Amino acid sequence: MKRFLTCLVALLIGSTVFANAEAHAEDGSKKEKFNVSDMIMHHIGDAHEWHLWGEGHEGTSVYLPVILIDGGLKVFSSSHFYHGEVKGHGKHTYLVGEGPAAGYAMSHEKIYKLNGHGELHFEGDHAENIKPWDFSITKNVAALFISFLLIILIMFSVAKFYKKNGAVAPKGIAKFVEPIIVFVRDDVAKSNIPDGKHGKYVPYLLTIFFFIWISNLLGLIPVLGANLTGNIAVTFFLAICTLLVTVLSGNKNYWGHIFATPGVPKALLPIMIPIEIVGIFTKPFALMIRLFANITAGHIIILALVSIIFLNQSAAWGALSVPMALFISVLELLVAFLQAYLFAMLSALFIGAAVEEAHH
Amino acid sequence: MDIVTPAYGLVFWTGIVFVILLFLLAKFAWKPILSAVNTREAKITDALEMAEKTKAEMKALQAQNEDLIKEARAERDAMMKDAKETTTRMIEEAKNGAKVEAEKVLASARETINSEKAAAISELKTQVAIFSIEIAEKVVRGELASDEKQKVLAEKLAEDINMN
Amino acid sequence: MVGSVAAIGAGLAVLGAGLGIGKIGGSAMDAIARQPEASGKIQTAMIIAAALIEGVALFGVVVGLLGLNPQ
Repeated sequence: MKRFLTCLVALLIGSTVFANAEAHAEDGSKKEKFNVSDMIMHHIGDAHEWHLWGEGHEGTSVYLPVILIDGGLKVFSSSHFYHGEVKGHGKHTYLVGEGPAAGYAMSHEKIYKLNGHGELHFEGDHAENIKPWDFSITKNVAALFISFLLIILIMFSVAKFYKKNGAVAPKGIAKFVEPIIVFVRDDVAKSNIPDGKHGKYVPYLLTIFFFIWISNLLGLIPVLGANLTGNIAVTFFLAICTLLVTVLSGNKNYWGHIFATPGVPKALLPIMIPIEIVGIFTKPFALMIRLFANITAGHIIILALVSIIFLNQSAAWGALSVPMALFISVLELLVAFLQAYLFAMLSALFIGAAVEEAHH
Repeated sequence: MDIVTPAYGLVFWTGIVFVILLFLLAKFAWKPILSAVNTREAKITDALEMAEKTKAEMKALQAQNEDLIKEARAERDAMMKDAKETTTRMIEEAKNGAKVEAEKVLASARETINSEKAAAISELKTQVAIFSIEIAEKVVRGELASDEKQKVLAEKLAEDINMN
Repeated sequence: MVGSVAAIGAGLAVLGAGLGIGKIGGSAMDAIARQPEASGKIQTAMIIAAALIEGVALFGVVVGLLGLNPQ
């Protein structure tokens, strides 16, 4: 385990070496028509590299480690895919791995095993080949680590301030963070979780709030931002957390409402119970979709507005697209906070419903 | 579609990172921060309560003071009134005393004057009597200096007696 | 083709959500104007209601995304 972690850290550091922007003067490079949909999907999706600028082999990216479990752990840099041979065309384009990545190919950022002929076999849009277990440090995982470090850095320095100065009026970063913590504690936790039971859930709500908020904000940074909270895997896990916290802290009253809703005739219970059980899952499901769709939609809108310039092949369109993209970006700053608040508040609301005592 | 299918790799990493984050923050950040904030809030509440209490106490004290002042004022007023009355009475008494004394003095003076007067009058009467006798003597002496005159007088007297 | 139909569906979902959230916002404004002292509670209730409607609309958007095929 320790060796694995060391290996991971080494790879993380090692892979931050930028790829050389080789000047491949492609003679008479066929100008492909700018595809907005592809570009946007590429930007909001996950990748095995942190692409900064440039196109293809001439671009500058940070190659992230690929971690595969396929009859043993295989760890190598994703540059072995990106610098590999390009095969296929159109939707069926794929990159054949070389060196340690030999035997694998990557298509649409998904890693497949090559078949006996050394190629991928496509059926419709997707390759039919076997996929190894992929636990790679993708762009979003790297962004996740950055969010993690940033939050730890901020919160530990705030905690240090209080440890050093005791319970005094906050200064510096504590002055900025404290009102938000108090806001989450009072307006999110205390006002939604009744009977003074909120204390136990405040750390969870604070963590989820700051994680979402800071990740949202980091995602809005142009070039360096990743669409972390706009990735359904991340929101899926956060929603699972809320689901688990809700279900595990559900009291007799909560389960009573699900399995024997008060005031409902016995004959209706066979219908009501499945509906209530589905209801347990739809609430976190809505949380997952809301965060994912809001953040992704924000990224799509900004990218689409910027695409106006490239669609029209004229910088003059920037006069229209830049102010609009700027406006949406500023709006997204608000949405970043609002979605973090909503996720935390709705989580608190669900938890509140689960721990509420019966009122007669 | 790809973007609405959670990738298990990212779910896995999110899980690990989030759980570690939750643990670290709960233990090393939220706990000290919240306890500091709570302590401070309790302190502020205490201070406010104390201020409120002190204010109430001050108010009570002030009311007490006012009562005292009122009492003192009433006392002073009563004393002033008393003093005034005493003064008036004393003046009155003094006045009355003086009057009586003056009257006494006047009365005695009057008496003295009267007695003196009486004495003087009696003296005067005596003197006058003496003077009258002397004069009468002299007159009589003159009248009776010659026989003729004695005769005339006798006649006159006799006349008077006759007339009566 | 599927993408276009899905996009129309997403558009319809957005239309409904827009109407719903607009109505919530308007009613909340009314309520706040009538009772400015309760504005905090009204805002919270408004955001929750809006979020629930938005959730439904987002399902529409997600269905739209499902139909979107990269060329």
